[in-house]
Amino acid sequence: MAITAANSTLPHLSPNGLQCEDIKSNGCHNRREKNVPGTGIASRQHKQESFEQAPMYVAVMTYLGFGIVTLFGYFRDFLRAVGLEKCNLAQERVEQKDFVPLYQDFENFYNRNLYMRVRDNWNRPVCSLPGPVFDLMERVSDDYNWTFRLTGRTLHNAINMGSYNYLGFAENNADFLKTVADKTQQYGVGVCSTRQEMGTLSIHEELEQLVASFLRVESSMTFGMGFATNSMNIPAIVGKGGLILSDELNHTSLILGARLSGATIRVFKHNNMHSLEKMLREAVCSGQPRTHRPWKKILIMVEGIYSMEGSVVRLSEIIALKKKYKAYLYLDEAHSIGAVGPSGRGVAELFNVNPADVDVMMGTFTKSFGAAGGYIAGKKELVDYLRSHSHSAVYASAMSPPVTEQILRAMKCIMGKDGSTEGIRRIRQLAENTRYFRARLKEMGFIIYGNDDSPVVPILLYMPGKVVAFAREMLERKIGVVVVGFPATPITEARARFCLSASHTRAMLNQVLRHMNEVGDNLCLKFSRLKYSSCPNLCDETDFELI
Amino acid sequence: MNFKSFREYLSWLYYQYLLITGIYVLEPWEKSIFSSILFSAIGMVIYTSYVFVPIHVRLALEFFSGIFGGQSESTMALIN
Repeated sequence: MAITAANSTLPHLSPNGLQCEDIKSNGCHNRREKNVPGTGIASRQHKQESFEQAPMYVAVMTYLGFGIVTLFGYFRDFLRAVGLEKCNLAQERVEQKDFVPLYQDFENFYNRNLYMRVRDNWNRPVCSLPGPVFDLMERVSDDYNWTFRLTGRTLHNAINMGSYNYLGFAENNADFLKTVADKTQQYGVGVCSTRQEMGTLSIHEELEQLVASFLRVESSMTFGMGFATNSMNIPAIVGKGGLILSDELNHTSLILGARLSGATIRVFKHNNMHSLEKMLREAVCSGQPRTHRPWKKILIMVEGIYSMEGSVVRLSEIIALKKKYKAYLYLDEAHSIGAVGPSGRGVAELFNVNPADVDVMMGTFTKSFGAAGGYIAGKKELVDYLRSHSHSAVYASAMSPPVTEQILRAMKCIMGKDGSTEGIRRIRQLAENTRYFRARLKEMGFIIYGNDDSPVVPILLYMPGKVVAFAREMLERKIGVVVVGFPATPITEARARFCLSASHTRAMLNQVLRHMNEVGDNLCLKFSRLKYSSCPNLCDETDFELI
Repeated sequence: MNFKSFREYLSWLYYQYLLITGIYVLEPWEKSIFSSILFSAIGMVIYTSYVFVPIHVRLALEFFSGIFGGQSESTMALIN
């Protein structure tokens, strides 16, 4: 045990968040207790997730900022209506004035008066692959963001902190992509058919078997589009007379699929097991609304990592609840597959649960695998049923062969089947990057949401002016960030979302952190009131003293 | 944060003012309108307080000392 601990670069994976002194003394002990998968006993305690609230003055200032800009919005709308100002947006024609007004609702008001003023921070044209560094095309506006023109210059080598490139598979290294080129030669690019007609290629079969063995389930099916995997398959699984218990912060694709299915939808508070249990009890006792017959099916829909919060689902508790109340579980691992877990197999591995306990495992290949598409995995009966009853299988075009081969090579790399340790190295690098980045940001005094293991790091900015200023200042310093405001987040909680990657080097992260420190001081963004003391040696430790 | 000069500090303060009130996103003429309205309102508040607050404070003090002072005078009168 001593030799293995000394020779390998142990990642700082401590299951219970121990201090580094404990890691030094317990390093061997933790390695000995390798947990056997499938025991179903959650050996890792759920780390405390922090959702720190900002001081009261921040909320006041946020509302103040929004209020003032809204007042100016009304003023500008008045000027446009009177005719003192030219309207650059779509307007109704004179002949339509007796019909229901088209552009008077809040969404259009927000779009005209708030979003248009600052929209140079979104939809920036990228002209290279979305790796750890990328190239942006320079864009200027002469009329306050109503129109843009490209100057022709390119901003080279900006650090990319916004792409979902968790394991760094968005690369254009010719050696790695050789198999993709070969398969493109063999199969072509377009499939020109749906899966049920003539679109099931042998490469699809290979991928589905590989996905099933990766996730340790019986069978799986892949689809060409990740969003469509959710929205087209949930209607096939649940129908009218069923009940869907969906988390508050679920993705739009899950909500759309739930609504399309026709089942009754009830929403429980985010990651709150008391709320979920209360709803389950009430559902089992009362049954369907008027007739009080039992529900045909109760489906709990949760995500592995919630991308706006960075929080991780409490999988072991949900599985305990589902077994007690005889419900089914649908787990959407779009952001967590490949990104969490000691060997990248998602939250099921992170919490050490038996994959057979999760009834429907869904995920996408867009994030960690650098491709496109989604999968649904589970028992063979489920997947066979979906092959004939899913809208996506019947009507949607099959996955393109080069994309399929990219997923195959990425998955083989993660599993170690290509004979190298590149996959495991990337997973460990991502875990280390995540831990380092989060610890340093908390130390600096920013408010960060979410679990310490999730590679999605939302930093709260709150005020509308600061959100915009942050994005612009970071771009000037050649760092590309994604900022999110209303309506994707609650109106007072605008944030910047960083997505870490295994291909970010320590030097890049340090550069980003240095700039964040400066920008945080310039803009007064360090709202955190918690004292965070990290181990002074945690970041640079490469070997452990053995007792 | 180190400021090389007082001017730099003032420009940083102006930047904070723009960010907090949210007028950072507005066009320059809108910023001028807002700032002029705000500072004229603040100016009026300062002027009114300069003119009226001493008078009000004096009257209030007289009122309260009248209550307590008047009470002790009436009890003295009864005793006498």
